Amino acid sequence: MIVLKRMIKSGFLNFSRNGLVSWAAILIVTITLSVITSILLLQAVLSNSLEQIKNKVDVTVYFSVGADEDKIDALKQSIEKLPEVKEVAYISSDEALALFRERHKSDYPTIQALDEIGSNPLGAYLNIKAKEVSQYESIANFLKSDDLSVSGSQSIIDKVNYYQNKSVIDKLQSLTTGAKKLGLLVAIVMMILSVIITFNTIRLTIFISKEEIGVMRLVGASKMRIRGSFMVEGAIYGLIGSVLTLLLFWPITAWLGRKMTLFLGMDLYNYYFSNIFQISLIIILAGVLLGTISSFLATRKYLNR
Amino acid sequence: MIYFNNVTKIYNKEDLALDDINLTVTAGEFVSVVGHSGAGKTTLIKMILAEERPTEGTIFFESQNVHKLGSDDLTRLRRRIGVVFQDFKLLPNKTSYENIAFAMEAVGKTNEEIATDVPHVLELVDLSNKTFHFPHQLSGGEKQRLAIARAIINQPELIIADEPTGNLDPINTHDIIQILKKINDLGTTIILTTHNRGVVESIASRVLTMEGGKIIRDDKGGKYVI
Repeated sequence: MIVLKRMIKSGFLNFSRNGLVSWAAILIVTITLSVITSILLLQAVLSNSLEQIKNKVDVTVYFSVGADEDKIDALKQSIEKLPEVKEVAYISSDEALALFRERHKSDYPTIQALDEIGSNPLGAYLNIKAKEVSQYESIANFLKSDDLSVSGSQSIIDKVNYYQNKSVIDKLQSLTTGAKKLGLLVAIVMMILSVIITFNTIRLTIFISKEEIGVMRLVGASKMRIRGSFMVEGAIYGLIGSVLTLLLFWPITAWLGRKMTLFLGMDLYNYYFSNIFQISLIIILAGVLLGTISSFLATRKYLNR
Repeated sequence: MIYFNNVTKIYNKEDLALDDINLTVTAGEFVSVVGHSGAGKTTLIKMILAEERPTEGTIFFESQNVHKLGSDDLTRLRRRIGVVFQDFKLLPNKTSYENIAFAMEAVGKTNEEIATDVPHVLELVDLSNKTFHFPHQLSGGEKQRLAIARAIINQPELIIADEPTGNLDPINTHDIIQILKKINDLGTTIILTTHNRGVVESIASRVLTMEGGKIIRDDKGGKYVI
């Protein structure tokens, strides 16, 4: 216990007396943590935009005009039971007509032609959204297949637009998985790079103290005692660096929130502050671990003599 | 207390730093090791601290073969030996007080012991008025007195002083030697290396003369002869 107290005390003392070197190390730690924070925010933006794009994709089942509503309802219920399905919206033929008129209200000839027919030429349809883009195929397959023998609902389906949209959906599918993979790869590479840089910076600060480590050994200090105070010092670098990073991203996200919300598709300032607890936890933990582990590894070389 | 058995150290081929050394130092002795630079004095001392390994032969500190000790036992051994260097080897980021306190913390002394012993030993080496100075604010003689204070604070059985007066003027040299003699009178064994003739003659005890890695003279009388 007393040893721990002494390690912490001398860690703080070393930190404050190292002056410029300490602040240089903190600067590097801050840069590293800023990279990590940027990656977190970037991932949020990326997954948000992917989510928005995915929401625009759906499969529509068109029914023939005058199809039995009970049959449609039965089909809707069986579709809702599929695990892949997120939601199913039913649009009756009357609603379909109203929507059609609304969409074409400035297109006079079309409306006129519609009036000419007299009766409603549009069938009802179901709008199906899947949880994942990749699941549309299996939903479409389901619509083609078995259930439909049960109630003979096959006969009421006019067409399923999945087959028209298939190539677009497939492309989107590969795009979203590609974007996710690329984002992850970039994040990992950036993190590894910045961790290496931080590690080397802390190693340099300890290199400066290598004579001191030798003297401490000669005076009879145990390895853990020497290492402990350097680890405390590293933890302080991490702690101060993470606080600086969190403060730094306040004005940055405020600016992004004000100027870039439309472009990014989300308000980063809001995102930053509604997730401040998790982000702080990640950044502080990363900073402190980075500092202590770097110090631990860096002292090893000078202690083993 | 210390036994060298046929110790040879070879850094490069055909360049023997130590050549078949046999040596016994008994408790309470004040041994001066003299010789030119490169004669092997520092290597001899590093062997006792297990900072260097012998190429051949063994070194015992009492019953322990110092080169067979594990890291923990070695730490324990070093706590029984106080070391003073020509270049002081003080901790530059710590004040006089903290330099000595660190040596006490290292061996696990309590805060109370530290609070009472440190001022006492600083007074012994006449540094009471420099308690909160950093090493770079001290003169050479003061640094060496601080180093000695650190070396004796844990009451070691042996003090090794490697050219402790090498960087000092005659007056400071005299002071340092007087302090070491006082410590020796209190029963601590001392091994000192030097090439200062005056130092050897003022101590007037056992002198080992080294040349080319060999001990060429072992005088009980305290003369510097080369």
